[in-house]
Amino acid sequence: MEILVCVKRVPDTAENEIEVKSDGTDIERDDLVYSVNEWDNYAVEEAIQIRDKVGGSVTVVTVGDEESEEVLRREMAMGADNGVLLSDSAFEGSDGKAIASILKAQAEAGNYDLILCGAQADDGAGQVGGMLAAMLDWPYASLVNHIEIIDDKKVKVGREIEGGNQELNEIELPCVLSIQTGINEPRYVGIRGIRKVASVDIPVKGASDLGIDPATVGEAGAKVKRLDYFVPELGEGAEILEGSMEEKIEKLIEMLKAKGGLK
Amino acid sequence: METALIPPAKYFFLFIPTVIFSILIPVMGVALFTYIIAIRSAPLVRAAPDNRLDNIFQRVRQLIKIWLLQWRQPRYRTAGILHILIFAGFLVLSIRSMSMVVIGVFPHFVPPGLGGTAGVVYNIFKDYAATWVLVAVVLAAWRRGVVKPARYAVPPKYGKDHTWEALFVLGMIGALMLSESLFEATLAAAQTQQGQHAELLAPLSLAWIFKHVLAGSSQATLQGLHIAAYYIHDLVFFSFLCFLPMGKHFHVITSIFNVFFMRIRRGNIKPVRYGVPDDKLDDLESFGVKKLEDFTWKHMLDFYSCADCGRCSDNCPANTVGRPLSPRFISIKARDLLFKNYPIYPYKAPFKVGQEVIGTIYEEDEIWSCTTCGACEQECPLAIEYIDKIVDLRRAMVDDGMVPQSLQKPLRALEKRGNPWGKLEKKRVEWTKELAEEEAVRILDGKQSAELLYFVDSISSFDDRMQEIARATARVLRATGADFGILGKAEKDSGHEVRRFGEEMLFQDLREQNTAAIEKAGVSRIVTADPHAFNALKNDYQELPPVQHISQYLADLIAAGRLKFKPLREDGKVYTYHDPCYLGRHNGLYDDPRSVLDAIPGLKRVEMERCRDRSFCCGGGGLMLFYEPHEDERMGVVRVKMAAAAGANVIVTACPFCLVNVEDAIKVAGLEGKLEAIDLAELAARQL
Repeated sequence: MEILVCVKRVPDTAENEIEVKSDGTDIERDDLVYSVNEWDNYAVEEAIQIRDKVGGSVTVVTVGDEESEEVLRREMAMGADNGVLLSDSAFEGSDGKAIASILKAQAEAGNYDLILCGAQADDGAGQVGGMLAAMLDWPYASLVNHIEIIDDKKVKVGREIEGGNQELNEIELPCVLSIQTGINEPRYVGIRGIRKVASVDIPVKGASDLGIDPATVGEAGAKVKRLDYFVPELGEGAEILEGSMEEKIEKLIEMLKAKGGLK
Repeated sequence: METALIPPAKYFFLFIPTVIFSILIPVMGVALFTYIIAIRSAPLVRAAPDNRLDNIFQRVRQLIKIWLLQWRQPRYRTAGILHILIFAGFLVLSIRSMSMVVIGVFPHFVPPGLGGTAGVVYNIFKDYAATWVLVAVVLAAWRRGVVKPARYAVPPKYGKDHTWEALFVLGMIGALMLSESLFEATLAAAQTQQGQHAELLAPLSLAWIFKHVLAGSSQATLQGLHIAAYYIHDLVFFSFLCFLPMGKHFHVITSIFNVFFMRIRRGNIKPVRYGVPDDKLDDLESFGVKKLEDFTWKHMLDFYSCADCGRCSDNCPANTVGRPLSPRFISIKARDLLFKNYPIYPYKAPFKVGQEVIGTIYEEDEIWSCTTCGACEQECPLAIEYIDKIVDLRRAMVDDGMVPQSLQKPLRALEKRGNPWGKLEKKRVEWTKELAEEEAVRILDGKQSAELLYFVDSISSFDDRMQEIARATARVLRATGADFGILGKAEKDSGHEVRRFGEEMLFQDLREQNTAAIEKAGVSRIVTADPHAFNALKNDYQELPPVQHISQYLADLIAAGRLKFKPLREDGKVYTYHDPCYLGRHNGLYDDPRSVLDAIPGLKRVEMERCRDRSFCCGGGGLMLFYEPHEDERMGVVRVKMAAAAGANVIVTACPFCLVNVEDAIKVAGLEGKLEAIDLAELAARQL
């Protein structure tokens, strides 16, 4: 099975203190460290497990600048066979639809049976997977937390639905699946693993390699534009409990009892 | 010379000269034994290299202490004394056993040097040895069979009970003692009957008792018993020899080698592979122990040498709190697999080489459960080591990506930010902000210099509560006139647990960064209040200025009369000192912290039952704080209950991780108000 996994390099929310720039255009990026988007990591692990079971290969792809190469290497250290970096100055400032169209070009350049992507990115809107499927005219399942390969035509996918219930679907290949965390336990990638793939060649493809008209992507082609970044004002109804830990707990229990949350 | 009884060398049994058996039994026994040892050596030849021929002088000293003098045995009084008796008896009787074999062919053989008085003295001594060994064997069998100390029990998941094997071997030893004494006694009885000069038998010894019992027996009975005793001894002796390498009694043969080759340094971790320098590690195909043969030959010898005594697991905090780890079975399971994959029977059975060990004999959680506290190694009378094996197994799991999610996050943060919480580098100095202006701490970034570096390490830099330790340490250093500073944001985690959790390359990265920063700081010595950092800088790093723990620093000043504490005001409080593993067991610092406490006038101190080298780990430090173990109870809770049982109101630790674990445990155990915890540096700062 030929699997393409779309990944993204994002500021690591676990290891950063995210602050919004005062002018509202972006977050403060001076002291940030980046890593692969958490959901994508699960998608790559799932792809590797599928490949190990039924054969084939796993390709990881990302749209980004040259620094995004580091996340491709990390995913290749995990066990992905190939990496492709889609990078072009024309891609800068792309909205979700443009990203999906760039990925679509890569998807069509290969002969993939299955495309996986994270359900969402830490800094994203959870839109690319669905749009990519639509552009390819492939079936799509979102928030997948279970995959079972039936044969080279069909897979069974599970999704968690409201209330923790599980839904099981059969879906035809080729398809796009967006992967929920918890589907597996992604393996650890150590320094040694990354060094092993440090010299592996990762092809870089630009707009012309992909046959994309620069005017349709990037800032030029963006139909969604960010207006502002800000921290919402503290609204009414929010109450911050004061006092020592014990006092806070006592107050909390009191409040929960008063509102019927605790009996 | 006329002999009172026909010796085995000249005797005929149904027209067959028994000397044939005297030759046949040893020849077959030695041949079989050689074959068995050759098979047992087969995996050792395939094993990873291990460098154990250094420090010969120290090795000989350890051999005398731990092997010959059985130094660690009496830590378990009854079993230890019984073992010493049997061991000493074996040493004494080894000469007699060899000469017994020769006597079967050359009846007048006397071991060299034992011809005259020495021989008479030796004979008396060995008569008593056989007697005390028999008594010890009977008592040991009674313990195994009737008393059944809990530590010998085999939990169902680890297989069947081992009692039969123990009893069988004790029976064999007993048979050897009885037959040897009987052989001697029958001759002496016959000599006396015939009025010949009888060999002197030690009064009240086994042989002496036999001689008196048999005094009235007929010549034929004595002759029959004499020959029977000889061949029983011969047969049992060679059966025993060949049975030893089949199980836990292999230690009778291997212990001398195992102790000689034991670990000499403490606190350190073995290199990934002996003979491969750090800069060549990238060329290695694989890291750590994935397959059975990835263990070093010494580690395999450890497996062979395990006597199944259960002392390691009895002291293991992980085992105590119900984590899925019992060091004893780390050895026993590997030994059983070695026996299975390198079969002795049938002859020429093929070896199964290269079997994976993780997921087969060891579970992942089992290997992550170890806090590397070192209690098992401290206790093992055979000097078996565990920490290096655990680390090697973890290296393999890290290499294959098998790391629990709970540990992946802190490891990634360490890689990116140099601390396990992923806090910003510049926040490493935040703890200094609460210090008064005149207490400001210098940052040694190359522009400013100092004589002494205070290496803070991550937890004391970032954890709100543990920052108190950092501030107390800085105050103590200032008050004692030290010219000191810190590395500031250039300091990274010491990587102590990074290495012990198997992420060697990340550790080396951190070490490189710290080493460069320390060099740049240009100090002539280092002090830290964190035993994990202390151990890392002292034993894992190279070519740094001398490193001291704050307790050593303070103890030196007290000894020199340059530091006096205020008397303690609170009345009635009883203090106890909890030995952090990486100060105590791994670095032998037991007395310095105690001398600091004892220098505080009015401080009443008691010891917990498990103190000093038997200290009970509080739950582990560094990355262990992030690991989510399967356990029935927290180690810290067990520990604080021990402190309460000792009658203490205050637990003094000298390690930020101990303080985290102990303070949490006091809450979990519901001992708040009755028990409190404080760090040695905090206490010292308070009493300045």
